[in-house]
Amino acid sequence: METSGLIRELERRFPPDRLLQRPAQTAPYESDALTAFRARPAAVMLAETQEEVIQVVRLCHRYAVPFVARGSGTSLSGGSLPVEDGIVIALNRLNRILRLDPAQRIAVVEPGVINLDVSRAAASYGLYYAPDPSSQLICTIGGNVAFNSGGAHCLKYGMTANHVLGLKAVLPDGEVVQLGGESLESVGPDLTGFFVGSEGLFGVALEITLRLLPKPERYRTVLAAYASLAGAGDAVAQVVASGLLPGAMEIMDALAIEAAEAAVHAGYPRDAAALLIVELEGERVQVEAEFAHLLRVIEGSGPKTVTVAKDDADRARIWKGRKSAFSAVGRLSPDYLVQDGVVPRSRLGEALATIERLSLTHNLRVANVFHAGDGNLHPLILFNGRMAGELERAEALAGEIIQMCIALGGSVTGEHGIGMEKRQHMPAMFTATDLEVMAELRRALDPGEISNRGKMFPDGEALALGSHGVHPLERQGVISRE
Amino acid sequence: MSAIMAATMSETTVISPETNEDVQAAVTAHEQIVVRGGGTKPALCAASHGATVLDTRRLTGIVEYDPGEFVFTARAGAPLREIADALAAHGQYLPFDPPLVEQGATLGGTIAAGMSGSGRHRYGGVRDFLIGVRFVDGQGRLVRGGGKVVKNAAGFDLPKLLVGSIGRLGVIVEASFKVFPQPPHYATLRAPQPSLDAAFAAITRLNGSTFDIEALDLLIEAGAPVLYVRQGGLATTLDERQQSLRTWLGGGDPLHEADEAGFWAAARAFAWAPADWSLVKTPITLHTIPVLEQILQANGAQRRYLASGALVWIAWPGDLVPLDDYLTQLQLGGLVLRGETQWPFVGARTGASLAARVKRVLDPTTRFPIL
Repeated sequence: METSGLIRELERRFPPDRLLQRPAQTAPYESDALTAFRARPAAVMLAETQEEVIQVVRLCHRYAVPFVARGSGTSLSGGSLPVEDGIVIALNRLNRILRLDPAQRIAVVEPGVINLDVSRAAASYGLYYAPDPSSQLICTIGGNVAFNSGGAHCLKYGMTANHVLGLKAVLPDGEVVQLGGESLESVGPDLTGFFVGSEGLFGVALEITLRLLPKPERYRTVLAAYASLAGAGDAVAQVVASGLLPGAMEIMDALAIEAAEAAVHAGYPRDAAALLIVELEGERVQVEAEFAHLLRVIEGSGPKTVTVAKDDADRARIWKGRKSAFSAVGRLSPDYLVQDGVVPRSRLGEALATIERLSLTHNLRVANVFHAGDGNLHPLILFNGRMAGELERAEALAGEIIQMCIALGGSVTGEHGIGMEKRQHMPAMFTATDLEVMAELRRALDPGEISNRGKMFPDGEALALGSHGVHPLERQGVISRE
Repeated sequence: MSAIMAATMSETTVISPETNEDVQAAVTAHEQIVVRGGGTKPALCAASHGATVLDTRRLTGIVEYDPGEFVFTARAGAPLREIADALAAHGQYLPFDPPLVEQGATLGGTIAAGMSGSGRHRYGGVRDFLIGVRFVDGQGRLVRGGGKVVKNAAGFDLPKLLVGSIGRLGVIVEASFKVFPQPPHYATLRAPQPSLDAAFAAITRLNGSTFDIEALDLLIEAGAPVLYVRQGGLATTLDERQQSLRTWLGGGDPLHEADEAGFWAAARAFAWAPADWSLVKTPITLHTIPVLEQILQANGAQRRYLASGALVWIAWPGDLVPLDDYLTQLQLGGLVLRGETQWPFVGARTGASLAARVKRVLDPTTRFPIL
């Protein structure tokens, strides 16, 4: 690793205002949305063109200096954490939508394009980009591609990988490859699909061809309140088993409801132990007929109350509450850990009951707000890092939830990725051979392991988890530790 | 090795492993291996001189299927027919509509060849429904990627890597899929178009519309373009929905209820393609159709455009070299499913260098044919 030589090369090529080196300049890049981790890069390079990204990657390769490509830094798994003394390639300025073809229903974008901006650009053609992470107002497509991001509406049309048709990428050793294309179909190994979700270990996506979908003619959104969390979980299994295919199915528990209400006044019933949101979408006639069926299923699942969104404004309010829930829970607690485990959908009730029990045994509050239709849990474990031992208890609780997901035949992560956070759990999901093959594939693309080094693999260099990370909301003055 | 059936057909040895361990042993015991399932895509499993054929059809059976979970796991040699039947008993189906079901295609072969049919229009292809895979690589290692839950971001997406790998990165031995509830009823509108331009315009308009369409195929019947638009859903609403589609399209005749399912079954079977012609899967885009159509017509090829112009199945008479040239000029790439060829890819190809790097990891001694 020859950092100083690399820095000199970079200084020759880029002006100081795009090659940040002073601690005050690099501080905002030292962690992402998983603030428990923090690392200081040697420099942050603000790229403006694809060619610049390629140049920097090639230089990093030549000098054997690790780099991390970064969009808006919203990773919840520490996926965009810098490597200590490595380079951060910031991609936010590569934010051009290069082409939008409504006839073919595709958009070709650069990695720094904000997720929601794709749908905004497509809206006038009656099209939208389906994957909708809660952070879609700021997260970038490049990050979505690296981590195969999901969202509330992935039940019917899938995650990011299901919406990426082609990619131009620079591999960690500087080779530029074109994978897939503009067609929905391909021949040969699905390398585009292989690249998506590789957590930045396969290099940097420079141009991404996205599939767009026509906006549904009709949405029907129902809000059902339950007296217990397990009751809402069981209702999900009943809706799934009913043969309906909703566009989204989400659950929030009492704590998340309280937080969302305080934050955005979504109009949720406050006395419920759990809230289930189910949304149907499609052709009006079909949706109306299915909705009648859905209401019968919901009524049969023993809800306390059932509310139907009357109009678009109602629907928007319901979703605003749901999508703001993560940050809203931040107001309830100085620190939290977010989990992302997946369980089979038929085991949801059981999984939620276990989480409730674990919350009591560890004496820590857990808020649940998650993609129930996919079985993708998001328990938010609330703690105060300034109280001795609370972080350790929170981590122990998180570990037990993850073990539960694996034991139920699920996954440690549905959409946030392994990143820094869940590396140690990989051996519980995969055999030594599986991991060895994955590591060999990684080295075939990146012999020096310079691209997002330390992520995904359990043997990555250990970094101590600390509670020194100030919560982003605290930094903004939204919350304080009183 | 006792469970491995060995048979010699002329000079080609065929082995039929029954367990994953058998497959591992077979892979390490043979220097050159060609993987074959039902043999429904013969160009992808033709054994070159001296190669051993690894027949997957004894790797059979559905391993796990919980209908309430809408997920199943089956071994690679399981026939699609068996899987489709098991799913249908619970009102479920494979939404990517794999072809060659009745001809004996296996689950593993469908993944390896990357085969999706007309129904892929609505929700996506085989790549979008495969959630987990187990395979034996060229070093005899049993490897798993993905899992058994519908959403899973742990580890590299090996399931997608295996889609389209045509048995040249490893032997798929088991796969997990997510499935969907099948629409209880279907209706198909047959809409003849006055010209290719008109067909093109109609597809474009449909792509921007809010109609939920299960399949949208473009056929050339007696030299004239005809669109087939399939809708699915509740019986109570289907007539009304088809009527509004018909009005919106400005015409079209509903297929008779008795013929509707048969029409799509025939598509799945490639009944339209002459049996002794080559059959080539070719991903395209809508914009390619006009120029491609001229070439195919001029060469007397038969063809069927799927999924609003995302894919064309080409039935090609005679030598494949001219087609290879045409596709290369158009920067399109195809996969030969049937036909005389040493190399199953025709036309342009993307990502070949990355595929080669992957191949060196999974099959460093080239036990399986080159990729």
